[in-house]
Amino acid sequence: MIVEAGHYALVLAFALSLVLAVVPMWGAAARDPALMAVARPAAFAMLVMVALSYGALTWAYVGSDFSVMNVVQNSHSMKPLAYKISGVWANHEGSMLLWVLILALFAGLVAARGGRMPARLLSNVLAVQGAVAAAFLLFILTTSNPFARVAPAPFEGDGLNPILQDPGLAIHPPLLYLGYVGFSIAFSFAVGALIEGRIDAVWARFVRPWTLTAWCFLTLGIAMGSYWAYYELGWGGWWFWDPVENASLMPWLAGTALLHSTVVMEKRDALKVWTMLLSILAFSLSLIGTFLVRSGVLTSVHSFASDPARGVFILAILVVFIGGALTLFAWRAPVLRQGGVFAPVSREGALVLNNLLLATACATVFVGTLYPLALEAVTGWWSPDNPSKISVGAPFFNATFLPLAFPLMLAIPFGQSLAWKRGDLLGVAQRLAFAIAVGVVVAIVILALTVGGPVLAPVGVGLGVYLILGSATEIATRAWRRGAGLGVMLRRAAGLPRSAWGTALSHAGVGVTVIGIAATAWGVESIVTLQPGQSTRLGDYTVTLEAVTPRNGPDYRETVARLRVTRDGQSLGVLEPGKRVMVGRSMPTSEAGLMTLGLGQVYASVGEIEPNAAGLRLYWKPMVLLIWLGAVVMALGGGLSLLDRRARIGAPAPARAAVPAPAE
Amino acid sequence: MAMFVWIVLALLTGAAVFAVLLPLSRQAPAASAPGETATDAAFYRTQLAEIERDAERGLIDPADAETARVEAARRLLGAARRDKATEHAGGGASLRRRRVAALLALVGIPLLSLPLYLRLGQPDMPSMPLSARVDRARDPGQIDLQEAMARIEAHLAQKPDDGQGHEVIAPVYMNAGRYDDAARAWSNAIRILGETPRRLENYGEALVASNNGIVSADARQAFDSALKIDPATVKARFYRALASEQEGDAQAAIAAYRALASQAPAGSALAATLNARLASLGAPPADTADSPAGAIAAMPEGERMAAIRGMVENLSARLAQDGSDVEGWIRLVRSYAVLGEPDKARDALARGRAALSGDEAGRGRLDSLGRELNIGGS
Repeated sequence: MIVEAGHYALVLAFALSLVLAVVPMWGAAARDPALMAVARPAAFAMLVMVALSYGALTWAYVGSDFSVMNVVQNSHSMKPLAYKISGVWANHEGSMLLWVLILALFAGLVAARGGRMPARLLSNVLAVQGAVAAAFLLFILTTSNPFARVAPAPFEGDGLNPILQDPGLAIHPPLLYLGYVGFSIAFSFAVGALIEGRIDAVWARFVRPWTLTAWCFLTLGIAMGSYWAYYELGWGGWWFWDPVENASLMPWLAGTALLHSTVVMEKRDALKVWTMLLSILAFSLSLIGTFLVRSGVLTSVHSFASDPARGVFILAILVVFIGGALTLFAWRAPVLRQGGVFAPVSREGALVLNNLLLATACATVFVGTLYPLALEAVTGWWSPDNPSKISVGAPFFNATFLPLAFPLMLAIPFGQSLAWKRGDLLGVAQRLAFAIAVGVVVAIVILALTVGGPVLAPVGVGLGVYLILGSATEIATRAWRRGAGLGVMLRRAAGLPRSAWGTALSHAGVGVTVIGIAATAWGVESIVTLQPGQSTRLGDYTVTLEAVTPRNGPDYRETVARLRVTRDGQSLGVLEPGKRVMVGRSMPTSEAGLMTLGLGQVYASVGEIEPNAAGLRLYWKPMVLLIWLGAVVMALGGGLSLLDRRARIGAPAPARAAVPAPAE
Repeated sequence: MAMFVWIVLALLTGAAVFAVLLPLSRQAPAASAPGETATDAAFYRTQLAEIERDAERGLIDPADAETARVEAARRLLGAARRDKATEHAGGGASLRRRRVAALLALVGIPLLSLPLYLRLGQPDMPSMPLSARVDRARDPGQIDLQEAMARIEAHLAQKPDDGQGHEVIAPVYMNAGRYDDAARAWSNAIRILGETPRRLENYGEALVASNNGIVSADARQAFDSALKIDPATVKARFYRALASEQEGDAQAAIAAYRALASQAPAGSALAATLNARLASLGAPPADTADSPAGAIAAMPEGERMAAIRGMVENLSARLAQDGSDVEGWIRLVRSYAVLGEPDKARDALARGRAALSGDEAGRGRLDSLGRELNIGGS
């Protein structure tokens, strides 16, 4: 009964999403307040229905209701409760339902906080959100229904893919989706505003918190996914330029650009056309990412063609929404009047540079991800038996992405220190002199200490230090006042708007990540086969295989290699990487063993296990945790900025100490 | 129960329709909501106030504050001008539009959802959480094989060291065609309970089955271990011969098959298999054992029936004296059934049940035999 009620709630949500898409927009066009007033209750009702539906599916998973096909295929009565709950979104149908739930959640949040928004903008935004939801609800109902039933119901499910039974992956999709789908709000704001034909600073003011929210979640989601791949896949890498990863990186790059251009639009009423385009692109890239991951084109273009229903449907959604939005954009863009003017050297100018570099980087990733697919599709159509297959990997991205990222990072501290409208590059350089100097000195000292080692790593660490100090400098200069004591300065620093702290923190987070990435060059890798009792060197550490033992878990069996890690004869602990086989599955998965030592990690994974020996892949990864820690700091910065409730103002840069300020 | 579903669906529909109708039914909702230009103006007014505050606190220098103030004021005026221009441009509230929208909600939502749901959903199918189903299945008559398997699996997941459990479920896996699982269960049984020829040979057989009939090194090792304990182990001998055959040593295989066949009852499945193997190797069929069964098979039709009946009666008499032999009762019931004497089979079943009154498991086996033979046990 509950299952069927959930199914029906999903159908009702579809009907409501259509009402939401039509009635408020009609109301906004006709300036009819009664029709516009439908927007908020309809958005709430849609959220309630999708939530009921999602709750019913979760209930079926928790109670192991094997009359539901989706539960049979993806769950198992012996699974721990947490993985029964996360199992809901660890499969195609459930994850699409989560997608729509988050879409509806954002619609509901906008509706809840929309009291202060212009009524027509709110109506149009919610209507566009309703239309997106309608498309995806129809997709779920017709091609990916999680509520399909089986009779007679089996007594046991097929279990969850063991790779997916992992805390990292349990949290990763919701975070990622909160990010992906969060950009739908920016999209809806852009399309809604384009329909209405009014785009100004007020628009930017209202869209900014949503973009920031989505960006924070996406940052965390990508970091979580990267860490999961790092410890679960057993390859020791943290980023593989895999299409699935790129699919999440592209919206992040576009979203980061959007975040910055919205600031310009809000404060200076400029960059309107560009901001509109980015709003559309950020969500379009999220949609493309969903399409790539969900349609099966990634495994092979062929597999997509053999079961095309889902892929074609998502493709149609892509074409309608991206195409429609871009058409609307092309139609409206000429009427967007530019606002405030600014000199090339100014905060605005720096943000334009930031946008150019981010957008180019995004385009680079886009080409590297989609070109192989397009090539295979086109040549496969040309000569079906012999399609050209190329794989674009790390070398391409290192050669194209990094040269764009480098100047971007150099420019970050300058950008946040320049004044609005007309900046003083030399003055900023003077203020940043300390950060620059320390960065350079750090790089040179490390380079001298590690002569013969990798060259780019010290440069990267220097860059990271410069970024962190540059952010600190920005806070310090804003708090500094001639003759003021330390206490006064601290109080002034604390009194700075939270958004200033948020900016500084996020940019420092970039520096932290850069240091972590640079330090990977000093990592040590060793692939050995050890017999129990044998040892091998790994950088400063010695790893000894103590034993290879079988072990039983709640729903898996594993073979574990006990490794003792020592340094200078001092035992640091035991690592237990293993090969795991879940009950009812035959494919083994590898469980990496991780030992955190300071900010670095000793990483071990098991390869081939022979009767009296174990093939081991061992890594020493100095400062590797900084990569993800940096991402967390970035997201925290975003969150801090989000807490800044002050209406942002179109004011020039803060007063500098040279100008006598009135007494406080 | 079925009625209840429809009530819930109706309530949900009502809630959805209500959510749309409620705002439409309110009188002049615009009056309470702030107009858009009012918000615009408010936004720029807040900006101006912020500039003043920041200038006071020394966060902006006065010249810049003045520029910012001018800019914000210019936008405020623009917003106010837009306000005047658009105030009377729109249509405002309209009863006709409101009625169309209300109709859309009242008729459109149910008209779309109900047919769509009836096409996709199965309203009459109840939810079946596993715990409720297992409770229902506690009634012993209701147990089916799959469920028994599920229960043993669940039990083993919690107590992976229960060797008996592994031993019980292994043949079930084998019958179900889940050879990998069978092999694993046997290997667990061996690990926990120790090696016996039966466990070893069955473990080997499961390995062979999961390997598409190829005798792997692991399987061979299992058979060798079994033969080391008991050289007469039939399955192990058979698969060792098969291994020889797969290795291309046809002579050794033929010899081993023949040796096995000499002890196999004529007409048995084993004898048939052995002869098939021999035929495939181009060797003539083997002589089967000179066992009573072999001898009976050789008799003319009439005599053979008499001999068989005699043996069955002997068994029946023996069981009448000592009724505790479950295997014996099963053989007896089966024999009568095969001989086409359902009444006697039923009678034997009843006697067996009576004789085994103290042996629940034995009676259970008889009951299931009765169901299998369709002669109604209980």
